[in-house]
Amino acid sequence: MDIPNLALAMPELLLAGGSMILLMIGVYSGESSTRVVTGLSVALIILAGVWLVWVPGTGEAFHGAFVMDPFARLMKILVLIGSSVAIAMSVGFARLENFDRFEYPILVVLATLGMLLMVSANDMIALYLGLELQALSLYVVAAINRDSLRSTEAGLKYFVLGALSSGMLLYGASLVYGFTGHTGFDGISAAIVDERSLGLVFGLVFILAGLAFKVSAVPFHMWTPDVYEGAPTPVTAFFAAAPKVAAMALLVRVVHGAFEPAVSDWQQIITFISIASMGLGAFAAIGQNNIKRLMAYSSIGHIGFALVGLASGSEEGVSGVVLYMIIYMAMTLGTFACILAMRRVDGMVEEINDLAGLSRTNPMLALVLTAFMFSLAGIPPLAGFWAKYFVFLAAIQAELYILSVIGVLASVVGAYYYLRIVKLIWFDEPEQGFVPMASELKIVLVGSGLFTIFYVVIAGPMSTIATAAARTFFN
Amino acid sequence: MSVIALFFYLFATVTVASAFMVIASRNPVHSVLFLILAFFNASGLFMLMGAEFLALILIVVYVGAVAVLFLFVVMMLDVDFAELREGFLQYLPIGGIIGAVLAIELILVLGSYTIDPGDAQTAVQPIPDLAETSNIKAIGDLLYTRYIFFFQLSGLVLLVAMIGAIVLTLSHRDDVKRQNISDQVNRNSKDAVTLRGVKSGEGI
Repeated sequence: MDIPNLALAMPELLLAGGSMILLMIGVYSGESSTRVVTGLSVALIILAGVWLVWVPGTGEAFHGAFVMDPFARLMKILVLIGSSVAIAMSVGFARLENFDRFEYPILVVLATLGMLLMVSANDMIALYLGLELQALSLYVVAAINRDSLRSTEAGLKYFVLGALSSGMLLYGASLVYGFTGHTGFDGISAAIVDERSLGLVFGLVFILAGLAFKVSAVPFHMWTPDVYEGAPTPVTAFFAAAPKVAAMALLVRVVHGAFEPAVSDWQQIITFISIASMGLGAFAAIGQNNIKRLMAYSSIGHIGFALVGLASGSEEGVSGVVLYMIIYMAMTLGTFACILAMRRVDGMVEEINDLAGLSRTNPMLALVLTAFMFSLAGIPPLAGFWAKYFVFLAAIQAELYILSVIGVLASVVGAYYYLRIVKLIWFDEPEQGFVPMASELKIVLVGSGLFTIFYVVIAGPMSTIATAAARTFFN
Repeated sequence: MSVIALFFYLFATVTVASAFMVIASRNPVHSVLFLILAFFNASGLFMLMGAEFLALILIVVYVGAVAVLFLFVVMMLDVDFAELREGFLQYLPIGGIIGAVLAIELILVLGSYTIDPGDAQTAVQPIPDLAETSNIKAIGDLLYTRYIFFFQLSGLVLLVAMIGAIVLTLSHRDDVKRQNISDQVNRNSKDAVTLRGVKSGEGI
């Protein structure tokens, strides 16, 4: 009888135990406890993050189903930052929009737990259970505003399509298990070295289809705009940041951990979904009027760019993906803080035209939002440029010239709709101004704004961190 | 043909046939009943393999709980299934193409599938001798040791499902009359019953 190395899974245990305690607090003190539970949830997530930073253990636990390595640590810290910021940003919204549900932060904590497990998954069963824990929490959170038709529609759509994608993933996992005899990633990659059967490739395709749904890559992106638009805005901010990072980390681990020997097979698939995502993200966003829908297409496009790094199948590529996800998260959280600040006296607005003339009514917000838009478009020297630079560099080193050229072209097309917002902000006639924003939004805006604008200063250390994380898969 | 093989083909045929009827049947209640039939036959298949615990659990959980729940939902929801099927033909071409592609893939995959006789020896966890240990003990030995991680994770998934169901459906409305047990117990005949002498032919 051996006791598993529980210290490795301490952040997960903290979140699991903590969420149940918070649930009890919430249930016994009723709706009035929302603020307390929200604060404690953020504290809990920060505590888990502090543990990750301070206790540098690596290794495997639970018979190899759970792995902790530098890559997992970095991605977990990123996920925790995304989740805690998303909860913090919901406070002001909850107060003003009758969104006082103590279950919301608890479900976010449980979703975060699922994401941490996804990042650490080293076994098909662990992968599926982590994914399902995260997805189930997200379905509920998407529909949490149950009096709104749009919110419930978003939740239902997400649920039905998510269940379908889980089915595909499970079918693929069962094929892989059938043809290799293993569910653990190490066993699968060892079995692939010997021989690669047709069935295994089918399994790989189905697993990638399921995971592509979770990162919302084309052609499995259909749910994204509707869910982003329908869900309450803080929920959308949460959806756009942490789950994308976790799903991308999982994708990296599956292709580099389990299917490393079959690189020529998955490289084609990743290249295709990358090109399709970049293209759709660039063109479909042009006609959007709702800023949340626009951000949905923007996130599809950005996932496409991050996948460029993955498609190169090299250490530089993985490091590029890690860097891309860090920068993407900072830009997305910042942009959503701006969207949450779009509040007039008579309520929230979310049309792009509502931003017209923002430079005259609220110059500071206009300046920061402009920086985010330039960064999302990939204009140097802002953070978004460096993110794109490193993934394209990796793709060129891997001699994927066509992919790189298409990527750069898509980036140019995509710049149009970001610049349209900048034009609206600075050159159009102002409408009624927004009410002053909540202090937690200001903190998020300042933090992510500084990161985006002055990324050049910390570019060196950030690259070192990303390279160290990527080296996990290449030694 | 041995008796076991005979029963295997009997159960397998009925399972596949009733599974087909689940999606082919026009009446949703019939679909659920066919689903129950499929569960019973699948549990028969488990029984033939010597997995009696799984066989009984399948009946208790899926027939006893899940299928009955389905039946309740199907009967209580007022869904017009004729209307749902109206656009059905419209999607037939694309659905047919996808189905055909999937079928071809399946045939290709399964055609190439051979079970390596060495797999049974190299399996991560060999099947214990059923003559020496019972089903429940064999499952428990694995579930609570080697697979404890997955077991606990499944528990968390179920917890989220429970929270979700409550969050999305429970509403605290003021106009709902609820049972107050202490009020009921504290009630006595002095407060509740009054005796009036009513004259015949007159009301109160």
